[in-house]
Amino acid sequence: MRYERPTTLKAAAQLLAKEKGQAFILAGGTDLLVRLRTGFIEPDLLVDIKGVSGAKEIKKSASGFKIGAAVSGAELGEHAALKKAWPGVVEAANLIGSKQVQGRCTVSGNLCNASPAADSVPALVAAGAKAVIVGPKGKRTVAVEEIPVGPGRTSLKKGEIIESINLPARPAKSGDAYLRFIPRTEMDIAVVGCAVSITLDGKGVVTKARVALGAVAPTVRLVPAAAKALIGTKMDKAALDALAEACSAACSPIDDKRGTREFRIKVAGVLARRAAVIARKRAGGK
Amino acid sequence: MPLDNAPESKRKFNVVGTRPLRPDGIDKVTGRARFGADASAPGQLVGRILRSPHAHAIIKKIDTSKAEKLAGVKAVITRDDFPDHTGGSGGLYDTLCNVMAREKAFYEGHAVAAVAATSASIARAALKLIKVDYEVLPHVTDVDEAMKPNAPLLHKDMFTDGVDPKPKKPSNVARRFEFGHGDVEEGFKKADIIVERSFKTEAAHQGYIEPHAALASMGPDGSAELWCCTQGHYMVRDVCSQLLGIDIARLRVTQSEIGGGFGGKTTVFIEPVALALARKANRPVKVVMTREEVFKASGPTASTSIDIKIGVTKDGMITAADGTFRYQGGPFQGCSPAEFGGMSAFAQFHLDNVRAVAYDVVANRPKTISYRAPGAPMANFAVESVIEELAHKLGMAPIDFRIKNAAREGTKSSYGPTYGPIGLGATLEAAKNHPHFKAPLGPNQGRGMAAGFWFNFGGQSCVTLNIPIDGSITVSVGSPDIGGSRASMCMMVAEELGIGYDQVRAIIADTSSLGYNDVTDGSRTTFATGMACILAARDAMKKLCARAAATWGIPEDAVTWEKGYAKPAGANAGNFAPLSLKEIAAASPGTGGPIAGHHEYSADGAGVSFATHICDVEIDPETGRSQIVRYTVIQDAGKAVHPSYVEGQFQGGAVQGIGWALNEEYIYGKDGRLQNAGFLDYRIPVCSDLPMIDTQILEIPNPGHPYGVRGVGETSIVPPLAAIANAVADATGVRFTQIPLSPPRVLKGIEEAKKAGGKKAA
Repeated sequence: MRYERPTTLKAAAQLLAKEKGQAFILAGGTDLLVRLRTGFIEPDLLVDIKGVSGAKEIKKSASGFKIGAAVSGAELGEHAALKKAWPGVVEAANLIGSKQVQGRCTVSGNLCNASPAADSVPALVAAGAKAVIVGPKGKRTVAVEEIPVGPGRTSLKKGEIIESINLPARPAKSGDAYLRFIPRTEMDIAVVGCAVSITLDGKGVVTKARVALGAVAPTVRLVPAAAKALIGTKMDKAALDALAEACSAACSPIDDKRGTREFRIKVAGVLARRAAVIARKRAGGK
Repeated sequence: MPLDNAPESKRKFNVVGTRPLRPDGIDKVTGRARFGADASAPGQLVGRILRSPHAHAIIKKIDTSKAEKLAGVKAVITRDDFPDHTGGSGGLYDTLCNVMAREKAFYEGHAVAAVAATSASIARAALKLIKVDYEVLPHVTDVDEAMKPNAPLLHKDMFTDGVDPKPKKPSNVARRFEFGHGDVEEGFKKADIIVERSFKTEAAHQGYIEPHAALASMGPDGSAELWCCTQGHYMVRDVCSQLLGIDIARLRVTQSEIGGGFGGKTTVFIEPVALALARKANRPVKVVMTREEVFKASGPTASTSIDIKIGVTKDGMITAADGTFRYQGGPFQGCSPAEFGGMSAFAQFHLDNVRAVAYDVVANRPKTISYRAPGAPMANFAVESVIEELAHKLGMAPIDFRIKNAAREGTKSSYGPTYGPIGLGATLEAAKNHPHFKAPLGPNQGRGMAAGFWFNFGGQSCVTLNIPIDGSITVSVGSPDIGGSRASMCMMVAEELGIGYDQVRAIIADTSSLGYNDVTDGSRTTFATGMACILAARDAMKKLCARAAATWGIPEDAVTWEKGYAKPAGANAGNFAPLSLKEIAAASPGTGGPIAGHHEYSADGAGVSFATHICDVEIDPETGRSQIVRYTVIQDAGKAVHPSYVEGQFQGGAVQGIGWALNEEYIYGKDGRLQNAGFLDYRIPVCSDLPMIDTQILEIPNPGHPYGVRGVGETSIVPPLAAIANAVADATGVRFTQIPLSPPRVLKGIEEAKKAGGKKAA
């Protein structure tokens, strides 16, 4: 196994594109190293992108935030402006693993693992985040929900690497929240996850909403019908009921060791309702 | 000096009952302590094990030729490298079959071959080159399914023992046990209310943090050494040498520090494999299990299916108690704790009519081994759930119902013996008077309780105590320290000799240094090895007195030992200044040489132990999630030698019970493969899941120990399953009869009860 630590993404992309064997990108490594140690994967090449310039930076601009691919969960949690603008995204990212894992894990890695239960992904999808991708043929930008295509599978082509995850600037009276269901209190994996992002007008009416669900389908799912249930309402009981119903209806889960299909469908609605109430509070609503 | 076994309940202790620092503490928190995987030897190889992917399969052929040719591979072993020295049947033969599969692989993860290589990656590559030709057979993992007449049969020659006449048809039921007295049918006739329910519990793993690890070395002369983490290195020595066909004295086993055992390290798994690899490779070999291997191929506890029927009169007297206990123990007979389940189930009650029938059942799962009070928690869950339900039907407070029917001194226990002084009533009264019992509950919260029992054990111990010239003391014991026992041993020696705790150090000696010591299990070590320490100290004391007598020129029996000094027994013995232990030790080279104390025996008189637990749980009614919000353990310790470690045992058992009750379970797919062989999906509680577990130590002295000590390590895991299920029933109005009380199960129960419009069982 070879280990490379290039200083530019272009060089990293070339290394990956040229490799004939199994190649993996190493950012935080919190999933990769576990798989490596357990013999689940046997890589020929590891490309460490932590030395790439800008990979460890969070940049704030008028258009929003640009989160480098190797920024850790802990660094997101310490970024006051990001936390203020996108508390739901940061709380979701900070739920991953333990304190030790937080020092290494990245949202780009969480996205590219393509686990339907990834905690940060529903929050990124609800936030309307975009992924900037660098590859042998140049740069492209896609909505994050287009990256995972199935459990463990992504739409990235050979040689492509995520440069950054970009979050839009936040209009006034906006808020987001992420909740997951786990049987324990931490160090666990979502049985169901739900993120809600909303913007209110001066009267407390929802003008924009995005709702995403995790662990209830082969990929994280954006639920337009759930957003529709909120838009134009003051999130009264009827709207929240409609939201919960839309979320439950959007689920196509399986029975597995983490939960039953029936349980996931029911709890998706419960979490949506609770996350929406938190998001409203964060948006300055009642 | 004769042993005075009358408990010195009025004795004023100087060291016992205090809370000094543990001698192994600094090493453990600084990383200096050496655990199983920390051992190394010059030229050591990496050993790895190939395991069956099938739950049940005939092993037709194993081709190792390609693996043997791989550069860096020094040995490949299979069943052919384990000729049978056991006589072909019985528990030892089953152990042989388990450490390396013979005709059949009985469960997913069953060892079928092993390699020793110069690196881990070569070893891994070599495993892939071994070709095993399997004939896959139908499998069964559920205990009720395994008992059905048409179930896939694991052993063609298994005819249920304990049934008269012995069945002519083989089955997966290895043995039937029956315990009890009186006439339950007559008893039920006298009952005004009868509750009858069926329960199921899933298998749990001990969840020790340290995976099994062993380093083996075997010389061309046949002498061997083994370093491993185990609860009983003498057991490891005896079993390994018998499996490998070598003299017991040729194998020296050294026990490492242990990162948790809880009963799971009371047998062998990888140790004979490491030795066989070392023998074949003629190099030391280290084998360390991965966590996945620990889950799939060590020894979890049994899954069970239990029926309970209890009858009471209107005024709350139990007239009869009857139970059927089916315990799945993996593929071999005698492994499930069915017998202990049946024996312990009704032990906390004073009963005229009681019957417990228990079945030891085999299935295609890993060979189970002890887990803290083996067999008792599941039986207690079933019985104490029915007790709570009966109390509600009677309109009686569950605590009063339990007190009314509690076993007491003189009660003929449900498993036979008549109790001496026991602490059950005291724990129940203490629970009733505890502030927890009266504290208000919040919304969606419920409170439950349960009382539990464990037998405790004595057994074989051998202790040597050496006094060097500065008067410091080394106590060599052969009982692995899995719960702070070294500190307790030092405390009892210091107490006995009337010296300071800091003057005494305890080590765990290897198997060539002492006589046989039973495994650290059955909560025996502080009781039995502790008593051996006291007796070894008394032996040393006698010798110290003799040296003083010789120095003074007076008869030995004219010298007495008091608070660390030899003194003339009385005025007529002579007027000599007392000699301290240090002075006698310093003079020892000239007064007869080294001074040592020794004791070897098999201890009887381990006092039984009872506990009562109180639990508050909060349920999220929309998700079925449980949060334990308050938990109290009240247990009889006889005499708490080191109260902090006693409290630690109370808390640890409660926490493991909480995990088992709420989320821990072995989940099998239809293919008979374990789906959750890791700590991500086998959910033991994390710190933030738990409240601080409150404890109350009661001390009802055990007449079988000079200080009144009872074992405390196991009873604490017995009541939690029932206490939590009773609390959940209180919070939700739904009686759950299956654990774990995982959120999907609880939510389903709540929803179904809502639809049914009231209370029901789920």
